[in-house]
Amino acid sequence: MAEKSDNNAYWSANLRLVTLCLVIWAIASYGFAILLRPLLSGIAVGGTDLGFWFAQQGSILVFLVLIFFYAWRMNKLDKEHGVDE
Amino acid sequence: MDQTTLNIIVVGLSFCLYFGIAIWARAGTTSEFYAAGRGVNPVINGMATAADWMSAASFISMAGLIAFVGYNNSTFLMGWTGGYVLMAMLLAPYLRKFGKYTVPEFIGDRYYSNVARVVAVICLIVISVTYVIGQMTGAGVAFSRFLEVDVTTGLFIASATVFVYAVLGGMKGITYTQVAQYVVLIIAYTIPAVFISLQLTGNPIPGLGLFSTMPSTGEPLLVTLDGLVTDLGFNQYTTGSSPWLMALFTLSLMIGTAGLPHVIIRFFTVPKVADARWSAGWALVFIALLYLTAPAVGAMARLNIMTTMWPQGVEGEAVAVDDLPDWFETWQVTGLLGVEDKNGDGLIQYYNESGPGMAELAAERGWAGNELVTFNRDILVLANPEIAQLPGWVIALIAAGGLAAALSTAAGLLLAISSAISHDLIKSTINPNISEKGELLAARISMAGAIVLATYLGLNPPGFAAQTVALAFGLAAASLFPTLMMGIFSKRMNSAGATAGMLAGLILTCLYLFTYLGWFFIPGTNMLENTAANYLFGIPPTHFGPIGAVANFAVAYLVSRATAAPPQEIQDLVESVRIPRGAGGATGH
Repeated sequence: MAEKSDNNAYWSANLRLVTLCLVIWAIASYGFAILLRPLLSGIAVGGTDLGFWFAQQGSILVFLVLIFFYAWRMNKLDKEHGVDE
Repeated sequence: MDQTTLNIIVVGLSFCLYFGIAIWARAGTTSEFYAAGRGVNPVINGMATAADWMSAASFISMAGLIAFVGYNNSTFLMGWTGGYVLMAMLLAPYLRKFGKYTVPEFIGDRYYSNVARVVAVICLIVISVTYVIGQMTGAGVAFSRFLEVDVTTGLFIASATVFVYAVLGGMKGITYTQVAQYVVLIIAYTIPAVFISLQLTGNPIPGLGLFSTMPSTGEPLLVTLDGLVTDLGFNQYTTGSSPWLMALFTLSLMIGTAGLPHVIIRFFTVPKVADARWSAGWALVFIALLYLTAPAVGAMARLNIMTTMWPQGVEGEAVAVDDLPDWFETWQVTGLLGVEDKNGDGLIQYYNESGPGMAELAAERGWAGNELVTFNRDILVLANPEIAQLPGWVIALIAAGGLAAALSTAAGLLLAISSAISHDLIKSTINPNISEKGELLAARISMAGAIVLATYLGLNPPGFAAQTVALAFGLAAASLFPTLMMGIFSKRMNSAGATAGMLAGLILTCLYLFTYLGWFFIPGTNMLENTAANYLFGIPPTHFGPIGAVANFAVAYLVSRATAAPPQEIQDLVESVRIPRGAGGATGH
């Protein structure tokens, strides 16, 4: 049973991490790049505003960081919970 | 040496490379044929995934889509990359742990149901066949434009090439050819972009050049571009409209991307669960190299066209017919570009006739309508080296790059189709006792059959080919993605719930598309005209994927709660899929 409860703890930790990452994923793309763009219109970037940069480049860079961060954190979690290969 | 000879040499060399790889990477077992023996390095797999994913549409059309619309079409950039976040966190590692070969196999085993398996196979085939038509026609066009062979011959050459390495090597051959194809396509895309960025902004990195100041005007590039396009009656480049629809379309592309079977199966080729996570990141690195450059290519090409057409600025005279650059004439021959001197003044006025205040301006200045009458968006990338006045070998590279993008995606799709047939239909449903050798032969025959079908459809593209791309993304979003995700994240999800949900998403999405685009896309059979006024809550058919996905989730939840929980061994299976340990030995074959 000890193994089972540890697996549950591992799974909850994974779900928390995924939720955090997806919140950032949504804020960067749907938020900053589209729906919240008017809020960022005061921040100028190369002849336009920050929202335009997020829509064309920033969100992609955020996605990249998120996937590598997730992979790094999960591989660490695997080891902590003894479920790595 | 003339341009065509040079094109043939460069394209020929790239094909020799693919053939060499095919001979080196022959598949001897079903594991090699379906999953490259699960020995692919995660970085290599990331590169192969990038080539697998980036199709003729990404390579040729995307920059043009952005160039002519501006900010609003950033949806393609975000949608086609953001899906990888979903795939990396919600699907790829768990499906790799499950350790089988195909997407329908997971659905069939997880939901202990051959009905669910067959529904998944149908979704997969519709999605992949739709997609492959575009790749084959794209390859045919590239051949005919650059090598001056006719489209039919071009298509046969393309098919024969894919045949050699896909039938011989299966996933193993396809993986290593895709790596070579990625290298060819990214070099071809980047070189002209770097030179154009240097010419306009002095910055050698196009993605940075986009936000730089232009030495010629002393203003940021985007300010100059916005000024030019609005003066000529076009929408401002950096602003958009209807943000909620933009968000919905982005979501549709993201969920659709995450649910595409030919991309998902690429993550079955790496040795470990941890590798699948890294590999998704590497895939996005290689995709981002093109996707961060594409918006720069789009904006700079648009600016170049504006200044070509209005060399003295909008206040001055338009370009004279006799002063049009050489590349203009080359592309006029193809019919993708066309000018007509309507007011007979020997100048070509390019502007938006229906833009605000343009009718008055035209009357005042004696314009008789827009005289750049044809402008195909795909020209932007294809003519880029000529616009930047780069040497002939760069043009040849673009030809090889376009073909690499089309062929690498076609091969990935063909593998997804053939493995669904040989593994899910023949091995799992019809003849479970088939031997390893028999299945490998069946896989090769299905692959050959799929290539013949794709070639036929490429030669005789159904009139609705363009619209079916919406169907592919809609179906992937509404059927496969939710069903796969629930199979991992809900232990309570049972066979009845998943099957009902998948059918609900599938049928609802098809009905919505058919209502506006015609039954089975047959023109004239649509029940409502495809205009914004008729849309349910203003949602266009192309944006419907997320609604179909919500329907799938909701129906699956309700039906599963009303029926018995899945058997214990299935709940144990879900437990094991969630834990990385033991992925190597869990292939079950």
